[in-house]
Amino acid sequence: MFKTAVIGDSASVSGFAALGLSVFCETEPERIAKLISRLAVSDFAVIYITEPAAALVSDTINKYRSSRLPSIVLIPAIDGNTGDGMRAVHEAVEKAVGSDILN
Amino acid sequence: MARLNVNPTRMELSKLKKKLVSARRGHKLLKDKRDELMRQFMILIREDRELRSEVETAIGEANRYMAVAGSVMQREVLDTALMIPKQEVELEVGEKNVMSVYIPEFKPKFRTSDSSDIYSYGTAFTSIDLDGAVSALSEVFPKMIRLAEVEKACQLMADEIEKTRRRVNALEHIMIPDYEETIKYITMKLSENERSTTTSLMKVKDMVLKQKHNYQ
Repeated sequence: MFKTAVIGDSASVSGFAALGLSVFCETEPERIAKLISRLAVSDFAVIYITEPAAALVSDTINKYRSSRLPSIVLIPAIDGNTGDGMRAVHEAVEKAVGSDILN
Repeated sequence: MARLNVNPTRMELSKLKKKLVSARRGHKLLKDKRDELMRQFMILIREDRELRSEVETAIGEANRYMAVAGSVMQREVLDTALMIPKQEVELEVGEKNVMSVYIPEFKPKFRTSDSSDIYSYGTAFTSIDLDGAVSALSEVFPKMIRLAEVEKACQLMADEIEKTRRRVNALEHIMIPDYEETIKYITMKLSENERSTTTSLMKVKDMVLKQKHNYQ
């Protein structure tokens, strides 16, 4: 059985604890990167990460883009939506089609 | 286009012809694969976009509740309320093969039989906004799982489409024209050799006739 993790600042992610997800409150880039690598090799299938936290460790996240597991999903943090998550969707279209045809 | 560096022999010619046939077949198959992947990708990416905007709105809503809860309750009380969760989610991970791209499928399994059994605290010391935040998150959770699935599928398929497109282009614009040109070159060279043999034979025949019979 696989588990689900949520990474971000404590105000944004603490609500997820009630749903039974594993919550990790981290804001330091190195610690987040290490955490993601650790979660990826243990049995975590889905990692939700807040957009500001993801922006700090984009290299680590890109590394797991092409592997089947884990699925790393960006979610908005408590201080608003930065649009990074949607941007990633448009990037995927650009990569596949050659130009961004979603509008 | 560059001609391949091979000896102009019949053996090479037949080898190249076979290669050309399989390159053409591979090109057709890969093109079909690319088109089908693209079709599936477009369906998924539309779903991805819709799901993402729904999830982002719902989490935004929950965050608003959470911000209010955080302002009316003490941080310690809030943390204590959420410290020991009642619910636990485990994921069953399946696999789906879409044009040889293996995409994961997630099926959530809740520890308690009622998946809405999420309030891990008594209502006496917590704000109602915390209930709002938790219930908003729990409502959107199935969509978040689907989003994780779809987003991963889109990433994997985008990679595969890119790879397939490169292969199709390499076959179409480099390998097939190269083979065709080399085949043409070998055919020309061989027929040229044939003609040159014929002419030298004719010449020799003329010389022999001239020598023996003084035939002009």
